[in-house]
Formats: sequence, structure tokens, C-alpha cells
Amino acid sequence: MRVLESGNHLIALAANVAGVEVVPAYPITPQTQVIEMIADLIAEGKMDAEYIPVESEHSACAALVSASLTGVRAFSATSAHGLAYMHEMLHYAAGIRVPVVMVNVNRALGPGWNIWCDHQDSISQRDTGWLQVYVASHQEAVDTVIQAYRITEDHRVLMPLMLNMDAFVLSHTYMDADVPGREEVEAYLPPYRPLWKLDPRLPMTHGSVVYPVDFSETRQSMQIGQDNARQVVYEAADEFMRAFGRRHGDMVDGYKLEDAEHLIVAMGSLAAESRVAVDEMRAAGRAVGLLRVRFFRPFPIDELRSLCSGRSGLMVIDRDFSYGMEGALFSEVKAALYGHADVPSTNLIVGLGGRDVTYEQIREAADRAFRGEADEVTWGDSHITKAHEITREMLAEFDKLLSP
Amino acid sequence: MVSFKDLPEEELFLAGSTACQGCPSSLALRMAFKALGKDTILLVVASCTSVLQGSYPLSAINLPLMNVAFATGGASASGVSAAVKALVKRGELAEEPNVLVWAGDGGTYDIGIQSLSGAAERETDFIYVCYNNEMYSNTGTQRSGATPLGAWTTTTPGGKAQHRKDIAQIMIAHRIPYVATVSLAYPLDFYQKMLKAKEIRGTKYIEMLAPCPPGWKFPSAQMIAVSRMAVQSGMWLLYEHEDGETRFTAATKRILEGKVKKRPVKDYLEIQGRFRQILSSPEGQQAEDMLEKEVSESIRRLQGWVPEYI
Ligand SMILES: Cc1ncc(C[n+]2csc(CCOP(=O)(O)OP(=O)(O)O)c2C)c(N)n1
Ligand code: SF4
Ligand SMILES: [Mg+2]
Repeated sequence: MRVLESGNHLIALAANVAGVEVVPAYPITPQTQVIEMIADLIAEGKMDAEYIPVESEHSACAALVSASLTGVRAFSATSAHGLAYMHEMLHYAAGIRVPVVMVNVNRALGPGWNIWCDHQDSISQRDTGWLQVYVASHQEAVDTVIQAYRITEDHRVLMPLMLNMDAFVLSHTYMDADVPGREEVEAYLPPYRPLWKLDPRLPMTHGSVVYPVDFSETRQSMQIGQDNARQVVYEAADEFMRAFGRRHGDMVDGYKLEDAEHLIVAMGSLAAESRVAVDEMRAAGRAVGLLRVRFFRPFPIDELRSLCSGRSGLMVIDRDFSYGMEGALFSEVKAALYGHADVPSTNLIVGLGGRDVTYEQIREAADRAFRGEADEVTWGDSHITKAHEITREMLAEFDKLLSP
Repeated sequence: MVSFKDLPEEELFLAGSTACQGCPSSLALRMAFKALGKDTILLVVASCTSVLQGSYPLSAINLPLMNVAFATGGASASGVSAAVKALVKRGELAEEPNVLVWAGDGGTYDIGIQSLSGAAERETDFIYVCYNNEMYSNTGTQRSGATPLGAWTTTTPGGKAQHRKDIAQIMIAHRIPYVATVSLAYPLDFYQKMLKAKEIRGTKYIEMLAPCPPGWKFPSAQMIAVSRMAVQSGMWLLYEHEDGETRFTAATKRILEGKVKKRPVKDYLEIQGRFRQILSSPEGQQAEDMLEKEVSESIRRLQGWVPEYI
């Protein structure tokens, strides 16, 4: 059914057609409309699920995990501080191997309080074991919610999945999108069949003490789940294509790659913006392409190696920063290419805390980068002055104030 | 009235537990399982009980069991409770199994109170048992919000300077359908309260005083004796709260009816090692008086006493 809806509402509609049975959630801007709509759908009898209005995100994730382990399809949504508050439970979900799906509406982390888009929240959860996918359009958000359960519930994977969607740019803008019917989706995504669960008919202990002699094996098996997901992502996309006639790219999404000498690498809605920059640069006769990283975990190592090798340069855009280092995507891309494809790369940090990023800015930065004029890491839209720093003079002032 | 002959013979708490000798949690688990039976999903909050069940790949507990994070007793129960509802709706389960949370006092009074309070306010259908050994024993005897005034722990080396809080009263304030306190020295009272909790829908909170031999410093063979003295001295009051009414039970009832004489708190303090320091210090008498006052205030509050300032 075609609808004109906001990204958040589309997520709720997709969760409904995906046959979600339990939804524990806690409100945070910019995610609230997802859970409000789910609560409405349930109240109106249009969605057959249990909504748990938990008292915190830590509890939301705890209930998500325990509901899933009891054998039902569970879903939640959060953002920024909510995701950070779940941190312990994110590890729990992955460690106890529950195939849950959670939407994270990407938002900056305070202080200072900032409700707008960047990727710092999900990037900070990189090592929790969750699969991470970043979508770039409304339709992709819908389709990825449905595919997500195919991927996570596959017995070769059984790892939780975080679907990341940019705050406001996607969450609050209205777009026409197709939400398939429940029956069609059920043919693609059959009811959840757990491999193990909490069941009085077959009592088993989950999450008990594991001594060093067994621990590494439990962790390596998580990595095997992540590795298996690489294959399963493609299978889920292929079958989705057959069932619904749409495809959004798989581990990565390429644009004008064939003859490109230089590539822009980006995630989320900035990648959509970069397409326009690529078109403009192409019009000016420059052989530039775009590589959108969809799955950040598992990281598209093979795809990057084969698609980046032989290029003259990369500009990696990060909407996040790993303090003391550089943008996180930049580090990951270089790590994947190291020893396999020797491509000069630079990093553009833009759009933090929702600062608007235009295709002109991306084009200008890419022009500079591909002429070899950019620093290794460029804070592309930050205009820091001395007044923004705690300068030595200011510290001296405090010192005077504090010492009598 | 149930008698010991009525207890089912089937053991769901199996041999091979790694608990200390005389561990109150293991004995209580055994008792609780007898009351609730096989059709129970157990959630164990991080505590000694996460460890005493045995380690991977073995388990001494023959129930579906999930070990949950320290702060998540109530929330984890909410997830399971919602899921079993969905499974019944889907026709996969004939009826909802009991959902039992087993948590220590740290996981209840301190880090888990938010999650427990949330679950209770949402009227989640589950039984929450707090086995209260009045300290964090799993991490080596640190103070908790349940540690009584004067008690030694590794983080109250001179004896705790503050009173414990009364979490059962906090749970009563949530207007949940059933709150009860139990003691291992009064096993049939415990068993009956568990049976009752099983029949009631909504959130049921049951708290047991759990004298822990290594943490409280008494010989393991004395665990039941210490449990009994806690009740006889009034330092642990047995009651149940239902439909807005509090009813005293077992020995507490007998004491308050004047059938048995209450023992002085001092008798209780002296049969364990954790009050030794405070008792032998200049503040010893004062601590004893303050605890005696705490007991009489608790009783009066349970009897419906309204403080004058209201
Ligand atoms: C978030 C978090 N903080 C700290 C711990 C460490 N920890 C595990 S059990 C425990 C104490 C448990 O005390 P209590 O709930 O009273 O149970 P007991 O050990 O006394 O049986 C602590 C502090 C943890 N597991 N998780
Ligand atoms: S320390 Fe205490 S509560 Fe923990 S296992 Fe030993 S006796 Fe039981
Ligand atoms: Mg304890």
C-alpha cells in the first residue's frame, strides 16, 4: 500500500507488517513518533502486539532481550542518550544471541543538549556485537525493517540488528513509500522460529557463568554469526527483490562507480546528498563516484577492497568523531584496505549535531580532496575560534578565582 | 493449613550447586520451586544466585532460566510476561507459566529499584522474590541499602551509620496485590505465601531475610537459628499485605498477640559476627537502642500507626 508518511511512522508501519509481537520502548526525541504510532496501532486493534511502556531505555532493552528469548519477535526504537543508556544491555542482547531489531534514530549526544542528527550515538556502540545498517531513504527504511528479521532470525546469524536512520532528515520528513501488506510480508518473512528459548517444556539455563576455558568460543561464535550475516544480507536482498521488486544495495550501495577515479565514501542521508555532488562533478568532467556503506557491522571488507582498489583517491565523510583519533568510518575503511588496496584517503567531518550539509559543500570539499589539497582530517563545517576553546588565558582566570 | 507431607517430592533444584554450606538462597530456591512447580520461567538477577546455580555447561536448576543483568529484574520479567501472553494468544502455550524473578537485596533495594518499581506500576504479572542477605555478598560483602545500622561490611568498616530502608513498604505503596515477608525458619509460612502468590494476578513481591554465614560471620549450621532469632527479636517481621490490609503471620503474629515474648535485639546481634565491632565500641549501646526503636517503629507502622506530624 502506498502511503505518504514520515520516516518514523513508516518504521512503525513496517514493524507492524513484519509481525512484531512485543515492543518495549521509552520515548526520546526524535524517535517518539515511532512508538506513539505503534501504541496507536495497537489501541486501534490494527496491530496485534504487546506494548511495554518501560520506565527507561535500560529496561527497554532488557525487556526486548527477555521477550525475544521467550520466543517472540521483538522490536524497539530509541536514539542518542537512550541508546547510550542501553549500552550494557546491547552487549547482553548480542551475548545471549537474540535476533531482535531496534531502530536508532541517529542523534547527537550531549552535553550540550542537541536533538539533531549525527552518528555519534550508534558509532559509539560499534563493538557491542549488533549488526548495524544505515539507511538513506524512506523506502529503504521500510524495506530494511522487513529484511532485518530475515537476517537476524536466520539460524546462521542470530545476532541483534540496529537499523540507523538519520534524525529529522529522514525521521520527520514525509515521503511517499510502499508498505507491503501483512500477508505478502509473511510469505517473505515466516513467523519466528527460535533455535533456543525459555520454555518450561525444555528447561535450559541461559547466560550463566562461563569460565575462561569456554569464553573465547562464545565470543568467536558471535563473530561467526556476524560473518555469516554477510552472505545472509545478500540472500535477504535477493529474495526481497523477487518478492517486492525493490533493492537498496546490499552491504554497500554504489553510484557511478565504473570509471570513477575518485570515490566519496559516506553513510546515511549524507550519502544521498553526495549523489548530487557526484552528478555535478561528473557534469564538470570529473570521474567521481560514490560508495555508500550500508552495513557498518559486519563491515563490508571484501566489497571495499574490490570496489576501491585501483582508484586514485577516497574522501570518507564522517558524521561522528572518535576523539583522539579521526572519524570512525575513515579508520574502518583504511583498516579494510590496508595491505589490499593502496588508495590515498582523506576524512571530512561534517554535519555534527544536525548542522546542515549541502551538496555544494560536499562538492567543494571533494574537489579539494581529490586535487590533493585537503588535510588528512578536515573539520569541514567547523569554524572554531579561540573563543570556542578553553584557552590558557581562561584557565589562568579560573586559577585566580579559585586560589585565594 | 499445609504440612510438610503436602510438599511435592519433585526437586527442581538439583544436586551440584556451588553455593556455600548453609546458603539461604539455595534452600529458598528449593522451597519456592516446590510451591511453583515446573511451569515456571525463572529470571536470576546478577547476585550469588547467578553463581551458585553452577557454571556453563552445567546447571543445578531444572527450570527454563535466564540470568539477567543486575538492574533488570523487573524489566526482564516484563519482557517475558508480555511474550508469554503473545505465545498464549498465538496458541503456542496453553497457559501462561509463572514468571519468577530471583534477586538479592543489591539488585532490589539499590540498582534494580527503578526497574522493579516500573514493572510493579505497569501491573506486570510476575512474582519477585528478594532474598535479602543485607549486603552484596557476591562481590565480597559490601554494604547495600538493606544493610542494618551498625553492621560491618567491607565498605562500612566501622559499622554502617545509616538505617536500612523498608522496601516492602515501598512495594506496598505501589498498590500491588500481594506483598509478603518470609523466613527460612518458618518454611510452611514461606511455602503458603508462595502458593498464594502463584494464584494472584499482577505483581507479587516476596522478601526473605537471608542470613549468609560467610558474610554475617556465623557457623553455617546456625543459618536457621539466626533466621529464627531475626524473627523472634523483631529484626525481621513476618507479614502479608493484601487488599489494603496487613496481617502478621507465624512467630511475629504470636509475639504481637502476646503469646510469645519478643527477644531483645541484642540477642540477635550477638549470635553473629558483623555487629561485634559496634557492640564493643562506645557507640554499641546507642546502636542497639536505635535498632530496638527501628523495630518498634516498623511494627507500629505496619499496624497502621500514623505519625503525629501528619
Ligand atoms: C551493572 C553492574 N554493576 C555491578 C555488578 C557487580 N555485581 C554483581 S552481583 C553484585 C552484588 C549483588 O548483591 P545482591 O543483589 O545483594 O546479591 P548477593 O550477591 O548478596 O546474593 C554486584 C555489585 C554487576 N554485575 N553489574
Ligand atoms: S555468600 Fe552467602 S548468599 Fe552467597 S552463596 Fe554463600 S551463603 Fe549463599
Ligand atoms: Mg545481598
